[in-house]
Amino acid sequence: MPSDVQYQVMWNRLISIVEEQAQALVRTAFSTSVREAGDLSAGVYDAEGRMLAQAVTGTPGHVNAMADAVAHFIRRIGRQTMFEGDVYITNDPWEGTGHLHDITMVTPSFRNGVLVGFFACTAHIVDIGGRGFGADANSVYEEGLYIPIMKFAERGEVDETLTRIIRGNVREPDQLIGDVYALATCNEVGHRRLTGMMDEFDLADLTGIAAFILDNSRRATIERIAALTPGSAAGEMTVDGFSAPITLRVRLTIEADRIISDFTGTTGVDKKGINCPLVYTKAYACYALKCAIAPEIPNNHASLAPFEIVAEENTIVHAVHPAPVALRHIVGHFVPDTVYAALDLLLPDTVPAEGAGCLCNFQVSLRPRTDAPAPAHARRSEVLTFNSGGSGARPTVDGLNATAFPSGVMTMPVEATENAGPVMIWRKELRPDSGGAGTTRGGLGQYMEVGAQEGHEFDIQAMFDRVHHPARGRRGGAPGGATTIARSDGEAMRGKGKQFVPHGARVLMAFPGGAGHGDPSGRDPAAVRRDLARGYVSAEVAASTYGIDPATISEIQARAEAGDE
Amino acid sequence: MAYRLGVDIGGTFTDVVLEAEGALHSVKVLTTYAAPEDAIIDGMHKVCAKAGLVPGDLTQIIHGTTLATNALIERRGAKTALITTKGFRDVIEMRTESRFEQYDLNLVLPEPLLPRQRRLVLQERVDARGEVLIPLDEAEVEALAGKLEASGYDSVAVGFLHSYLNPVHERMVRDVLARRLPGLSVSLSSDVSPQMREYERFNTTVANAYIKPLMASYLGRLRERLAAEGAGCDIFLMHSGGGIISIESAAEFPVRLVESGPAGGAVFAAHIAGRYGIDRVLSFDMGGTTAKICLIRDQSPKTSRVFEVARSYRFKKGSGMPISIPVIDMVEIGAGGGSLAHVDALRQIRVGPESAGSEPGPACYGRGGERPGVTDADLVLGKLDPDNFAGGTIPLHPDRSEAALSAHVGETLGMDATTAAFGVAEVVDENMANAARVHAVENGEDLAGYTMIAFGGAAPLHAGRLAQKLGISRVLVPPGAGVGSAIGFLRAPFSFEATRSVYMRLAEFDADAVREILQTLGDEATGFVRTCAPDATVETDVKVYMRYTGQGWEIPVTLTPEQAANPDSNTFQALFDADYTRLFGRPVAGLDVEITVWAVNATTPKEAVAAIDQEEPGVARNATERRALFDPVSGAFVDAGVVPRGEMVRGATTDGPAAITEDETTIIVPVSMRAVAQPDGCIDLTVREAG
Repeated sequence: MPSDVQYQVMWNRLISIVEEQAQALVRTAFSTSVREAGDLSAGVYDAEGRMLAQAVTGTPGHVNAMADAVAHFIRRIGRQTMFEGDVYITNDPWEGTGHLHDITMVTPSFRNGVLVGFFACTAHIVDIGGRGFGADANSVYEEGLYIPIMKFAERGEVDETLTRIIRGNVREPDQLIGDVYALATCNEVGHRRLTGMMDEFDLADLTGIAAFILDNSRRATIERIAALTPGSAAGEMTVDGFSAPITLRVRLTIEADRIISDFTGTTGVDKKGINCPLVYTKAYACYALKCAIAPEIPNNHASLAPFEIVAEENTIVHAVHPAPVALRHIVGHFVPDTVYAALDLLLPDTVPAEGAGCLCNFQVSLRPRTDAPAPAHARRSEVLTFNSGGSGARPTVDGLNATAFPSGVMTMPVEATENAGPVMIWRKELRPDSGGAGTTRGGLGQYMEVGAQEGHEFDIQAMFDRVHHPARGRRGGAPGGATTIARSDGEAMRGKGKQFVPHGARVLMAFPGGAGHGDPSGRDPAAVRRDLARGYVSAEVAASTYGIDPATISEIQARAEAGDE
Repeated sequence: MAYRLGVDIGGTFTDVVLEAEGALHSVKVLTTYAAPEDAIIDGMHKVCAKAGLVPGDLTQIIHGTTLATNALIERRGAKTALITTKGFRDVIEMRTESRFEQYDLNLVLPEPLLPRQRRLVLQERVDARGEVLIPLDEAEVEALAGKLEASGYDSVAVGFLHSYLNPVHERMVRDVLARRLPGLSVSLSSDVSPQMREYERFNTTVANAYIKPLMASYLGRLRERLAAEGAGCDIFLMHSGGGIISIESAAEFPVRLVESGPAGGAVFAAHIAGRYGIDRVLSFDMGGTTAKICLIRDQSPKTSRVFEVARSYRFKKGSGMPISIPVIDMVEIGAGGGSLAHVDALRQIRVGPESAGSEPGPACYGRGGERPGVTDADLVLGKLDPDNFAGGTIPLHPDRSEAALSAHVGETLGMDATTAAFGVAEVVDENMANAARVHAVENGEDLAGYTMIAFGGAAPLHAGRLAQKLGISRVLVPPGAGVGSAIGFLRAPFSFEATRSVYMRLAEFDADAVREILQTLGDEATGFVRTCAPDATVETDVKVYMRYTGQGWEIPVTLTPEQAANPDSNTFQALFDADYTRLFGRPVAGLDVEITVWAVNATTPKEAVAAIDQEEPGVARNATERRALFDPVSGAFVDAGVVPRGEMVRGATTDGPAAITEDETTIIVPVSMRAVAQPDGCIDLTVREAG
């Protein structure tokens, strides 16, 4: 039997293996969402389907979803029909990771003919057919091709019927098939490394190392929970939604060995595709709690188990088939702020104030202008961008400027975006005064201005929230700046949905700031002076909100003009 | 007669190596932060005295330094402004808009090199095809020049969108500033790093501008001081790509000096690889706080186009700032002799990146260090002799190591001090092994069949075990391992790599345009080398970075001179398919391929390396004494021989388990290996036949 020291080494090794698995996917993927933004995950499981390790990637949303997925695969495929060389696939929103745009693939790992474990990975692909990525569908049937849990390959033979069906149903077939192969390759990388490890330590199965990992993780997580004061508190938050506001409600109960998040009372399902399957709600609730309570304990079956999630069916956090769910990330990204509203009452001075929450993503569909003859070089193109507002102020530090939270994805470089299609980004910079005032200030949002190259018009698919419901401050902190969106020719625009932009016009957007924490009067005057010198706050706000006198303001501004603080 | 001096300024020591008539002389002196040239002068005199020479005899000085890196880490640069496109003032602050650590609610992102008030904008715009949409108004530039002057800036970085395609506006700013403010140091993004992706390009340009006045002044002073001390010979600088450039080029592009020390180490290892005719080498450099791992194929270190400096958060990817310049591709992790161990909430032993440094040092130094470091584990496991550490100058205290290991690791985990030491050593070795494996996989390499070349103070203690973990069956430990980087400087060719981003799909391949791009880059790169070596032969290596249209990661594809001279899309496609398959298993059929970046490296021919006559195992060298050494494979102490390295003369052979001791370090020969002394002084460890 391996020693404790050897088990320690093996646990380290498994974590390294899944990171490598994820890295292989980033390097070979075609979708910008995977390769530039890091919207993917990868994990290793024991023969029971219990997750032992997961790569830390850009998407907390995949955390629990991935942890549960393999059990569904075992149930649907059946152990007796699993063979060496098999690869399984699905994009089931309820048994995978929440919408049809996430493809999950699972590969059984065999050793000497015996099934010893599984590798799974998930990637967000840019198109799955249907209406395209957006909130406009009325049911999941309109959102694209549905692939039930099935074999992509059996004993090494790819199911060509399946690949032909996939190719025939999506807008970018090469890209999607390329991504499916990248997913299969990434599991294969994991399998090879696992085999190497089992050879090195002479393991016949993963039973011993699984017990070591799960026992230690369970014990450590429960120790953290036991150290908290038991109790119960409620939190809620209202956001824009698609056509009517949504209220997310949670009751958080800390017991000796578990934490229950009960979302009873949350708004019902929406007609449009911003509904969230429970698995995705669970992922973000769990992520929020782990950040606050047990940040350094890696995600696995045992460390996630003590975080229990309850919600009523047919609410927006527990949408069931066939509700439309394509933009489930919008609600999902607001779950942490809702959970923190309750947790702040139980565990003071730990969680941040509300932030921008959901990512400020938009997709533009460009085409040659139709109002007048278009130049010969004009073309059609789809360009997706990920952008972030400000994060909420923390009890002891300011919020992060234009940085994603809770999502962890990256933005795309402007030069790369402009190379992807005839789009023009005219502005992308910080938005002064959008960080909510407080003892600690909310992170700044950002301005963006988007248009098309000469000769083009476009539709913009907006996926913004916090137009009518800016981030709320905590303990006296002020709200963050609200989202605004307008057209340069004066036409009004909405925060969500597909909207036309004629030739020559631009869309002017201001993304939300994070809220402040604590009363602004308690802010360190040196921090206010620094903010003023940098232009994070204007002279008006420095005077009216933070009470800096006019002489000091002039002096700081003169120094800032010369580049100094 | 050539008398060449290699000088490496490191964080603690300045290493000076003199090569005279085939012999190497070296000294280590403490780095003098206030005036780094003082240590060089001191070291030069000492090493000249050793060799019986005077500074006037020196024919060439090759210098590498961490000063540029340190200036960036410690934020000691000039008052610098960034001039950029209106609407994009905050590119270097907004970074990738992501958090490099997902679970830390109190994460703080590193501050950009320049605060917001030092980032100034001009109305102008070039599009992604390189066409000017909004022309830059010269009067606005004039007005800005007035402001720069009034504000007392010493240095300016200029970075406009898409300037890698069309630098006309950046050059206009340069021309106006040259006329109006001739004393101002100016760095253009289209010169410093002409590559797509504005964050990396602007940041690299800002870093260059930020350290330019400091480095120019230092290099000027150094030249004067050396001349005053009688060393009037040429001085060249080691750059991060593993070659050397003139002092003038270094002063113009000081950001290329970042990481020049570790680059010297990789060149050192590559040179040894040449001597032994080995094509696949893992260079392993382990010092007091970090370990650096680099792959060397066909005696050339792997290179990359971007890396990160000044990581602020446990060496974590993304916590530093990206610098996109040609660089030797290395992974650096927080694993060194001083790295400290603790037990985390999961009852897992963790090692590093926190380090005890030299003061107070690990517990065994007896200088007040309470927490156990890797050196403590090594001592308890019998790898170090407490009475002969650093040639006996630093007495070690095993009892303090045991106490620290018990208190901080053993008690929590119910382990005795020995098992705790075993755990710490295994964890640090596993951390390094994981880093090496990931690095190999990222480069499409399998480490089986690789040879490890180990140097740096702590490497010989860990190399044997690391090799076992990686399935590597041969380890070379060269002499002079403590000053490897400085020796590497003496082995480096003159070289300069010019790169440019120009997108071209193979479906729209334009052979004339390709020839022109490569010609321009070749001329630029060759020009830099010619300034150093006007009469030498200059070779050019051409690399293009390719990917499937739609992918985000390019892979480097190397062209032969013939392929570069007669560019042809079928050849490019075939080369890409082969390299892609090697890296990722299979090509993706039916997709168009594009070229994104073009690179030409001009270099003088590598110094011819004489192959050595390798020794077979010869006379067994009997141990002078014996000690108990822990064997990690069996998990128990074994009786090991101790042999001073001085007695390992050519052909001398010692079977493991053994410790080969020297002043600077100890080479641990695992039970499964045999050590043979080679003619050049390398200790050659190989797996011996069972039985």
